[in-house]
Formats: sequence, structure tokens, C-alpha cells
Amino acid sequence: MRTVGMLSRIAESLFWIGRYVERADDTARILDAFLARILEDPWVDEDAACRSLLAILGSAPPHDARLTTGDVLELLGFDLDNPSSIAGALSSARENARGARETISSEMWECLNVTWHSLPSRRVAAEHLGPALFLGFVRERAAVLAGLAESTMSRDDGWRFLVLGRSLERVDMTAPQDGFAEQWRTVLRACGADESFLRTHGGDVVPQRVAEFLLLDRLFPRSALHALTEAEDCLEALAPSTERAGMADAARRPVGQARTRLEYADAATLLDDLPTHLRALQRACAAASAAVKARYFDQTMPVAWAHEGV
Amino acid sequence: MADVFDQYAMADAWDEMFDRPGEPRPAYRSLFATLQPLSVGDLRSRADQLARVFTDRGVTFAYAGEERPFPLDLIPRILDAVEWDTITRAVRQRVLALEKFLADVYSQGEVLADGVVPRRLVLSSAHFHREAAGIEPANGVRVHVSGVDLIRDEVGKFRVLEDNLRIPSGVSYVIENRRALSQTLPSLFAEARVHPVDDYPARLLGALRAAAPEGVTDPCVVVLTPGVYNAAYFEHALLARLMGVELVEGRDLVCSANRVRMRTTQGERPVHVVYRRVDDEFLDPLHFRPDSVIGCPGIVNAARAGHVTLANAIGNGVADDKLLYTYVPDLIRYYLSEEPIISNVETHRLDDDDVLEHVLSHLDELVLKPVDGAGGKGIVIGPQADEPTLAALRQTVAADPRGWIAQRPVALSTSPTLIGDKLAPRHIDLRPYAVNDGTDVWLLPGGLTRVALPEGTLVVNSSQGGGSKDTWVLATEPSPMPRARSVAPAQPEVIPHDVSARDAGPREQVAGQQ
Repeated sequence: MRTVGMLSRIAESLFWIGRYVERADDTARILDAFLARILEDPWVDEDAACRSLLAILGSAPPHDARLTTGDVLELLGFDLDNPSSIAGALSSARENARGARETISSEMWECLNVTWHSLPSRRVAAEHLGPALFLGFVRERAAVLAGLAESTMSRDDGWRFLVLGRSLERVDMTAPQDGFAEQWRTVLRACGADESFLRTHGGDVVPQRVAEFLLLDRLFPRSALHALTEAEDCLEALAPSTERAGMADAARRPVGQARTRLEYADAATLLDDLPTHLRALQRACAAASAAVKARYFDQTMPVAWAHEGV
Repeated sequence: MADVFDQYAMADAWDEMFDRPGEPRPAYRSLFATLQPLSVGDLRSRADQLARVFTDRGVTFAYAGEERPFPLDLIPRILDAVEWDTITRAVRQRVLALEKFLADVYSQGEVLADGVVPRRLVLSSAHFHREAAGIEPANGVRVHVSGVDLIRDEVGKFRVLEDNLRIPSGVSYVIENRRALSQTLPSLFAEARVHPVDDYPARLLGALRAAAPEGVTDPCVVVLTPGVYNAAYFEHALLARLMGVELVEGRDLVCSANRVRMRTTQGERPVHVVYRRVDDEFLDPLHFRPDSVIGCPGIVNAARAGHVTLANAIGNGVADDKLLYTYVPDLIRYYLSEEPIISNVETHRLDDDDVLEHVLSHLDELVLKPVDGAGGKGIVIGPQADEPTLAALRQTVAADPRGWIAQRPVALSTSPTLIGDKLAPRHIDLRPYAVNDGTDVWLLPGGLTRVALPEGTLVVNSSQGGGSKDTWVLATEPSPMPRARSVAPAQPEVIPHDVSARDAGPREQVAGQQ
């Protein structure tokens, strides 16, 4: 039986499989909500809406002319060279899985491999039948992967790196969504939270409640608080803390601080403080990700060895 | 609807399946009976299904920079128990003789002193590495895994085509082929008693653990791969997974103080046995190519110090040099005092001027092979080559006779293969895999049958458009059960034991809901 650590390279691959698949999933949800809004609201300025969506997801506009939903779909949906697009993220996830093939279960590898192989035909189908089909497919494949991981992976460090990557990415993707300026229903839908929200708070979409639900809810699995708690649990299990005071783990510190800030936030002033909270969340994710990399993944790069001339 | 074998036109070679048209050999009778009633269209759709399964599972090899599914033909190749026994004894004999040769050549060199093999042959081999001299393997094994390529000639006699003692690949396809074929055409297996192939990873792991440095009781075994872009990456990952060991790249390893460790999330962990799938030349930039970035600097010194075992050992290539191949029958007599069980293909050495002259003037009737080529590279089949090729070859060979051997062209045996929408004869070979754990040389039952898919071609390597076939070794003893299965399906006896009925859920409630 092996209890000692795992290869750093493999740990990094699992972390990034977690991040990339979550990214594809979240991007699909955001695009879905965004397209629905454009279609359903005749007064929306398509160009402006597209630009604000790209800003939310941190992508530069492809050109200065008027943007259409087609441009957005190309950039965020199908562009294989952009690791922030759905296709790019799925392709990177598959590439990571390929290098970690003996570690992840073969069912997980097959899931990512089949998904990657079917991207071209899914794209063609989306061009004929509309993007909803493609976006639904992406969410479904992400769910299949999550389910396979859940049911086939041992709860060892490998599992923890996968879940850690997924959780941090989830926080990172939730944080910028205040950019949907006041479109609270769209935000709910983009976070996959619309139905849970309605069941919890009823059909009256009060901004205060939406912000509360997406950031502070303790039960909803896609809330920032929930994802941060999950990330923190993984980090704790990876390196149990032994210090008597303070927190030496540079990855856990920002995650824990962000989590407590949300945990003890005053729901009454949440809406006013929203921008501050969201920026803090993004910073926490970046800091945690960098610390995890430094502590667990860092490798010396390959060195070229020169023989001494004789 | 035509029966599948009705259109089968035998080629001018030994056919593995048919004695005469429509007359299958005994080992193939039950297969013939199962396949004959199928339609070719049925076979075709199953073959397409098979290719999809391989693509999805990532059973691919790199061809022209692309991942391609490795083509698996649906018609298995069958070896009966007697044939397999001969092959087993022959391969074992060969591996043991070559082990002794390697041990000798990297220490006292008695075989050279006795003049059995010319010293200059060894010294001029590109794969003779002085770095290997003086490395005493822990359990005496240098050839942990080998693949001795066999062919069957025009009269059905097996012959050795070449030995592969460095990093023979392809065994993953044996495992995947069986799995895929039994899923795609389960009916084929119903009537046959075929030796399973899934024992291989356990045997390999056993041999690797047995090779651990002295004093290490619970060795850490790893598989070293050049990385995901290597053509055989799929195989490296599969073997690591099935053995339950780490698959590492050079950058995962660090050497210090002649010990090898791997970088993990919990610090560095010692490594004792490296099943390396990286060529000698790339293994250690300190000793071999300094520009290699896939190797691990210091690993050869660690092996020399006896702290890590490399499997296979470095320097094995001197024993699978194709010129040395011509001496293997003599080596078997010299070391084992036995006669070779399977002979070589008739081969000319070009170190004699008369032979060289004869060969140069008969290039169009011979097969010329570079002595250190792998994967079918550089082979020229005289009868199929055009004049400019032969002219160029004549110059190359005349300039470097040590670099070439000449062989009689053997029409490799053929096997029915699905090509497009019909079955046609295609040439095949056989690579059995032998695992040496120091006490026994074990052969994976069957091995890899490679098939040259283009019509008439004799080169079966996957890098040259080859495919493969599932390879069956039939069990010796007849089925202990009377073969009643086909007459009346025998019900397995049900042994009653404590079984509690499954909870069927709230039935009443369901009934109430109707």
C-alpha cells in the first residue's frame, strides 16, 4: 500500500484537469445565459453586451468592428488555441489527462478523450442547429467526468488536487459576474443557480438575495463560500496544520481568509460591498494557485548537459 | 448472401488458415465454422466498431504526427499447442544464449578470445557501450523483456527474423487486441480454448522486482517514458497502470550521490528499478547524447554503483545487431551445447569480398537490411525495388559492408485479412514476448501478430502501414467437459447459499399510486 506522496507532475495535471473542466462547464453556462438574454430581450445592444461579456471572462475583443454573438461563440466556444474557450479548455484537460493516464481511471481518460474527439463534429452540429446543443453537451460531459471521478477515484491526494483545482476555478469564475450589471436572473442562470435559488427563496428575485445566495450560501455547491470551504478542506488534508499559532501554509492562508470574510460577512451590507468582495475573491484564488504551484508542482526545467571539450 | 470465405483467393505463400481453398487447417476449423455463415458486411461493421473503440480508448500510435488507431484485423491468428511449445523452447533457448553472450562480452570476452564471434564485429557495433562493462546486474539478468521476431516460410517452417533485446514494443496491443476482439466478436471465443494474455503485467512486475538491487526488500519500480509524444506512449501508460507503478519522465527523476529519486508532492522518494522505455542514447546526457532532455543525468552512474537497476540493461543492442544475428546459432552451440530449435533465415555476411561481390551483383534477388535498423527502416526488398533504388543501394552497401546483411527473400506466410469489403491474404509475422526473471524465461502466450496491409508487402511494422491480429494459443488438453454446449446448453449447477432477497422498494405504495 502506498501512502507517500504522488509525482509532482501528475499532481499538477490533476489540478489542471479540475480547473479546465470546470472552466469549460462554467463558460458553457455563462454563454448559455448570455445568449438566452440576447435572444429574449429585444432592447439589448448586441455589441455592448458582447464586449461586457468578454470583459467578464477576461478576453480581449477579437476586432474593433461591431461584435456579434457569432464572434463571442467563436472566441469563447470553439477557439482551440484559447485555453479560456470551451474547446481550448477541454483540449488542455485532455492533454493533461494524456500525461497522467496511468493515474486517473481509464474511464476518466476515455471520457475526456471521447469529448475531445467529438469537438469538431459538435461544432458542425452547432452551426446547423444552434449553440444550445453544443453548450448542453459540454455541461453533460463535465458532469460525466465529475461523476466518474466521484465513483472511480480513491480519496487520496490525487483526488484532492482534482477537487482543489475545480473549487478554485469555480470561485474564480463566479467572482467577475457582477459585470452582468443588475441582470440578476442572467447571473443566476450563468452560475447554474437559477433553479436552486427559486426553490430556496421563491420566485421574487431580490438583488440582495441573489448576491447572498451566490456568495454566502452554505448549502448550494456552486456558491463561493461552498467552493472555498471545499478548497480549504483539500489543502488541510494535503498538509495538515501542526503549528500552534498562525498559518504557515501559504496556499491555505488566502483561501481561509477569503472563506472567513464571507462566512462572517454582514448580509445586510453585502450588496454595497459586492465589488470589494469580488475583487478580494479573485486575488485570493490567484494567490492560492501560485502557492500550490510553488509548494507541490515546481520542477526544475530540463537542462541541456554539455560535455566538456577535450 | 455470400459466405465470408467463398471469395478468398490464396496467395503464393504458406497460408496460416487454409491448407487448400475451402479446407481450413485443424486448428482453424472451429473458427471457420463460426465465421463462415457471417456476411462480409457484418464483419465490416464490426471492424468499424472496433476502430471506434480504439480511438475512444486512445489505443493509438503516432503516424505522420497524428494519433491513429492501431488497425486490428478481426480474423485471429491461431497457434496450436505443439507449435507453441516449439516456439517457447526456441525463444527461451535464444534468450538464454544471448544473456550469456552479453554477460561475457561485457566482462571477460571469452567468446571473442575463442574466436566464435570476431572481436571487431563487437567493437564496431553502434550499440556496444563501454559504459555497460562492469555493471553486474543484481540477479544476472540483462534481457528482462525481449521480442524475438519469427516468420513462417514457404513450407510452413518457423524461422527467426531478428532479435529485439533493447526496448521491444507492442505488447500493449496484444492485451488491447484480446480485450477488443472478445468484446466485438464474443462468439469467436465461445468454442475455443484460448490461453489468456492478461498475466503479462504481473509477470513483468515480478521480473522487475526480482531484479532490484541487493538488499532492497520492497523495491520501488517505475516505468520511464520519453513522454506523451513518443509513438509508444500509450503502451508505457498501460503497463504502468496495469502494474500499479508510477509512469515517470526524465524530469520527474533526480540523481544525487549515485541514487535515483523521484519528485513527489511529499518530497523525493527513492527509486530502485527503472523499466526504461528510453533508448540508450537518450538515457543519460552525462554518458550519451548531451543534448537529450528526456533522460536523467546521473542514472547510469547510479546503475554502475548498483543502487538502481535498469531494465533492460544498457548495451544490449550489441546482441541484437543484425550482423551478430548470423552468429546466434553458433552462440547457442557455444554456450548451451544445444542445436538451435528454430533456424535463422539464410543470411549472407558481407565481410568476405567474394560474398560481397556476389551479393552486389544479385541485389535484385535479395533482401538488404541495415544492421542497426529498427521498425523496418532502410530495408530494401530486391525483387520489389526499382533500378534507381538498387543502384543507390549498391553504392551504399559497397561503401559500408559492415552496415548491412543480405537475406534470401522469404515469402512470409499469409492470413485472411479484411481489406475493404472482402477477405484477402496478407503477409504476417509473429513477435512473442519473453520475460526473464532470473529463474525462468516466461513467454506471453501468443504475442503480437503483425500484418502488412498493402497487398504483397512484406514489411509489417506499424510505422510502415502495418496492422495486427489477435494471436491465439490453443490449450493442449481437450475440454474436460463433454462439448455439450453446442448440443444442449448445460445449466450451471446452482449452489444454494444464504441469499436474502433484494429490497424491492415500497411496493405497496407504488401499487397504491396506480
